[in-house]
Amino acid sequence: MSNFFPRWANWLPLQLLVCGLVIGGPITLGIWYYFTPKYTRVGYQPDQPVPFSHALHVKQLGMDCRYCHSFVEVAGHSNLPATQTCINCHGQGKILPNSPRLAAVRDSWETGQPIPWVQIHRLPDYAYFNHAVHVNRGVSCYSCHGAVNEMSVVYEAESLSMKWCLDCHRAPENFLRPPSEIFNMNWHPASPEAQRELGTKFKEEWKVNPPVNCGGCHR
Amino acid sequence: MSTPSIITAAETETPDLHVLERPPQVLNNRGPLWVTDAVCSIVEGKTPLWWYAAIAFTGTFAAIGGACILYMICTGVGVWGSNSPCFWAWDITNFIFWVSMAHAGSLISALLFLTRQKWSLSISRAAEAMTVFAIVCAGVYPAIHIGRVWFVWFLFPVPNSYGMWPNFLSPLLWDVFAVTSYLTVSSLFWFAGMIPDLAVLRDRATTKVRKFAYGIVSLGWLGTARQWRHYEMMYVLLAGLTSVLVVTVTTIVASDCATSVIPGWHATIFPFYFMVGAVYSGSAAILTLLLPLRLIYPQLRDLITPSQLDKVCKLLLMMGSCVAYVYVFELFNAWYSANPFERGAFWERFTGSCSWYAITCLSINLTVPQLFWFKAVRRCLPLVFILAILCNVGMWFERFMIVTSTLTHDFLPSSWGNFHPTIVDILTATGTLGIFFTLFLLFIRFVPIMSMNELKAVLPGTQPHAGAGHSNNSTEETH
Repeated sequence: MSNFFPRWANWLPLQLLVCGLVIGGPITLGIWYYFTPKYTRVGYQPDQPVPFSHALHVKQLGMDCRYCHSFVEVAGHSNLPATQTCINCHGQGKILPNSPRLAAVRDSWETGQPIPWVQIHRLPDYAYFNHAVHVNRGVSCYSCHGAVNEMSVVYEAESLSMKWCLDCHRAPENFLRPPSEIFNMNWHPASPEAQRELGTKFKEEWKVNPPVNCGGCHR
Repeated sequence: MSTPSIITAAETETPDLHVLERPPQVLNNRGPLWVTDAVCSIVEGKTPLWWYAAIAFTGTFAAIGGACILYMICTGVGVWGSNSPCFWAWDITNFIFWVSMAHAGSLISALLFLTRQKWSLSISRAAEAMTVFAIVCAGVYPAIHIGRVWFVWFLFPVPNSYGMWPNFLSPLLWDVFAVTSYLTVSSLFWFAGMIPDLAVLRDRATTKVRKFAYGIVSLGWLGTARQWRHYEMMYVLLAGLTSVLVVTVTTIVASDCATSVIPGWHATIFPFYFMVGAVYSGSAAILTLLLPLRLIYPQLRDLITPSQLDKVCKLLLMMGSCVAYVYVFELFNAWYSANPFERGAFWERFTGSCSWYAITCLSINLTVPQLFWFKAVRRCLPLVFILAILCNVGMWFERFMIVTSTLTHDFLPSSWGNFHPTIVDILTATGTLGIFFTLFLLFIRFVPIMSMNELKAVLPGTQPHAGAGHSNNSTEETH
């Protein structure tokens, strides 16, 4: 019986296998790591028109989230403050009225044009999200926006991926906190067990039943 | 087995026992070498002109179908006629039509192999090929009918940053697993059966490329006793697996309809309904494929014998009668249920906007297979060819009747509707026909279309008990 295959074919299977691993492996791992919101979204920190520091205002001066984001408890959309809110403290004769860092605020106040803040936490249009429902049922600002009180320049702390949403919707007891501590960025549960115990209690008392079907958010 | 005259009454001492002669599976006393030459010559000879013409024809339809699918994907499902309430129209009709046709191939090759029915040997390879290609055609539709085809991976349990997981309670998901495992197992079964024959082609190859290509696909087959022993064990196991899958896959496809609450679908007879319809349409399809082949390659007339074709016709008759029974039973059930919605659905089926589909279906499927009661019809091959095509047409209309006519008429008058196919619907359907026949033409040209190794085992001269018939009374001295 003659040879069916030429000599070079002896190494062909091994060569194909190695090529497959060398090319396919990195592609798979690369997509796994780089193509997820964990990589593409977390840490997004654009330059803002005004160098507003949450660390200064919230942590050092002790301002409440709701002084500026005033409608978060009553509206689906959490508002950015109007320039009026800034001017309440930074107007003529008050705090730093002539600081060059506040030039954009003064311009806005004089011209009536809003400050062009750059949006960071951006949900797609096909995902329905209501701020009021969440903060009134034990979900803290901290759970989604991270330790904003520590941020000089705000960045995206969580991935906001669908799985990230569902992690809480499927097990809200891991995140719910007392209503008094919703806007307290420094509150932390004593232990994971304590959190689950507390969260389970709130979940039952408030009848928290977050939707996990498609239509819950993709209305 | 073909020479009972050797056994005289005196020798067997059973003068009244008349042993019926079994029809020979290969005519004209052909030898093993002739079988090899007859089958291999189809692959090895110069490519005939008709083959180029045929593949250009079918390939054009396949290409147009592909272009339609591309157009649909780029534009949206609106280019089809599917719309509320008929969300399932020609797409799912074609899916069920093709996947059902696939079943008869597996049934003939696997189940008849397990039951040692030698008459199916010459047609089993082509039947298996038909199965695989029909599943390929069927597989086109579920993926594209979702509209946004780039989300098709939602159907599979892939860990993802959406945190999504398939709903394992849905029969549509069972469908995905049923059809993919069916494609896998039937392809394996088809391929496994070919290994010894591909090795023959490899050994006869005259060019380096052919030797290399057939060398790879024959997986180092040498034909040693040890290899045969393992091979036959594997083949039996695969045949068993395939036979079970035939039943489970049809049942699951039937569950798509039967587990819903739509009147006209919500019936326990559906798995049986789909099963008999499947074997019926598949037997017709085998006849449609084999008869022209037999005409083009005269040497196959000794291998695909009239007696074997006669048996396929009888299978068609039996399954056609079962299908007719289900039609009648469905109507009886609708009446007997005393359920106005159920009755309304069936009344609408025969009088409503899609009634001509149902009337075509019934008028073909209730009459055409019944013609096979007559031996003269079964033996007149041109007539068998025409009737087999008619049966396939009838089955397509049946699939449409079940899927789409039912959807036009459910509980609420506000959600009653109608369906009109668009040109894209039609060209996509002919496109899958093109894909099917293109694949089949490639199969004829590059693969041994018959199981040479199994055929050689039933040649008259190769029977170890030749002349003994199948009677236990036969003794050694008859050899």
